[in-house]
Amino acid sequence: MFEKVLIANRGEIACRIAHVLRAHGVASVAVYSEADAEAPHVAAADEAVCIGPPPVSQSYLDQARIIEVALATGAQAVHPGYGLLSENADFARAVAAAGLVFIGPTPDVIDAMGDKVRARQTAAAAGVPVVPGSDGPVTDDDAAAALAEAMGYPVLVKAAAGGGGIGMQQVTKPAKLARALQSCRDRGASSFGNDAVYLEKYIEQPRHIEVQILFDHHGHGVHLFERECTLQRRHQKVIEEAPSPFVARTPGLREGLTAAAMNAARAIGYRNAGTVEFIVSPDGAFYFIEMNTRLQVEHTVSEAITGVDLIGWQLRIAAGEPLTLAQADLAIDGAAIECRLYAEDPDRKFIPQPGPLGAFEAPDLPGVRVDAGVAAHQTVTPYYDPMIAKLIVHGPDRAATIARTREALSAWTIETLTTNRGFLHEVLGTPEVAAADFHTGWLEKYAKGR
Amino acid sequence: MDIKAHITGTVWKIEVGVGDEVEEDEVVIILESMKMEMPIEAPADGTITELLVAEGDSVQEGQVVARMDED
Repeated sequence: MFEKVLIANRGEIACRIAHVLRAHGVASVAVYSEADAEAPHVAAADEAVCIGPPPVSQSYLDQARIIEVALATGAQAVHPGYGLLSENADFARAVAAAGLVFIGPTPDVIDAMGDKVRARQTAAAAGVPVVPGSDGPVTDDDAAAALAEAMGYPVLVKAAAGGGGIGMQQVTKPAKLARALQSCRDRGASSFGNDAVYLEKYIEQPRHIEVQILFDHHGHGVHLFERECTLQRRHQKVIEEAPSPFVARTPGLREGLTAAAMNAARAIGYRNAGTVEFIVSPDGAFYFIEMNTRLQVEHTVSEAITGVDLIGWQLRIAAGEPLTLAQADLAIDGAAIECRLYAEDPDRKFIPQPGPLGAFEAPDLPGVRVDAGVAAHQTVTPYYDPMIAKLIVHGPDRAATIARTREALSAWTIETLTTNRGFLHEVLGTPEVAAADFHTGWLEKYAKGR
Repeated sequence: MDIKAHITGTVWKIEVGVGDEVEEDEVVIILESMKMEMPIEAPADGTITELLVAEGDSVQEGQVVARMDED
């Protein structure tokens, strides 16, 4: 095991990684921007180094500075968390070139899965179902039109280098295709420096369901079942749960999804923790969308239902230890829900709400965990992501977990700062959530109609 | 007439110059807050008379960022 690890992140995930490192007897190094000098992740680590001004481009994304700090502090490995540099293959290469361990998969795998066209081709070659669409980037408008006609409208135009739905356009009729192609190319070029776009069949009323996997360096891997992440706004997940209620009531679906995820992972020689994302149509057909080559925000619900410490395993696997979990030993225990607490105002079109936080106290209830990146009486700055904490609730079954989550949301002391807490409570009280009768567009529509 | 920031953040982009004629709801300044772009729109038709912030500046909710003469 490592003696010291640098955490190249901030907020709740940096705090969590620091706690796991401590539990494993590993010293931790935090990095922080000038805006984060008082942030909890600084206090959570054994030592902390300021790496620059508030903008992420001058601090949390400054690869050379982060590696310099890792070397200067004597860290042996770097944990990138999620977001920021976590899926940056160049950073993973630079970390390795400096003689340090990048806690994650190899740079080549990050590259292969980061390019959505290549990822799709890789998945298809491994026998994993992909959404019908172009087998590569479409450059020719006429070819795109013919393909769209053959698949049937509506279709999606997506940026090959995109993430988070950036540049994505839904096209409902042939007359609108050319314009969508151009707009997506422009957006891809300006956001990612890559104007390649591809086409996919638009699956109506889909669910977003993903499978957590974990592989060691010796070819042994397991999955930790699925997560349902269908409750989204603007392509950002808001409430996630495990197991998926839709998978639970659809015969054979869990077996199909988990086998496909394991095949995709094996096909690319995956190692460490990763997630294979699928969209699932109402008839139970599922299609690969992408693979996230890192820890995810919502990994917590998988931890809750399996009792597996994913970050602990990330460390042990990166240190070369064999994965001693066997698939046959893993089982689903009850149900878990994660709510993302955002500093935003649901009554004013969800605009971000940075500002001072007053009292902040996690609810003291059984089965309730809060992973927070903020502390009482501190100011939430406008420089970073509006997600400031996660509430994770584990219960004996889905209905009991929903009830306990609502109870925990009500009991959570969050003063002064405006957040989406009330919105989360409200959404979890809807009949659609109770019946798990929703699709990826449902929450957005609900939010607009309230 | 004052044009105010409706949110705390940083000035990402200034879309107009002093002397520019703008229409109601035209984007004058784009703020960035918590990784989101939040446009500030002209409250009325008119002419920009003063810009009180520069790109990269921090602004508070309610702060006057520009002034304009209404038509």
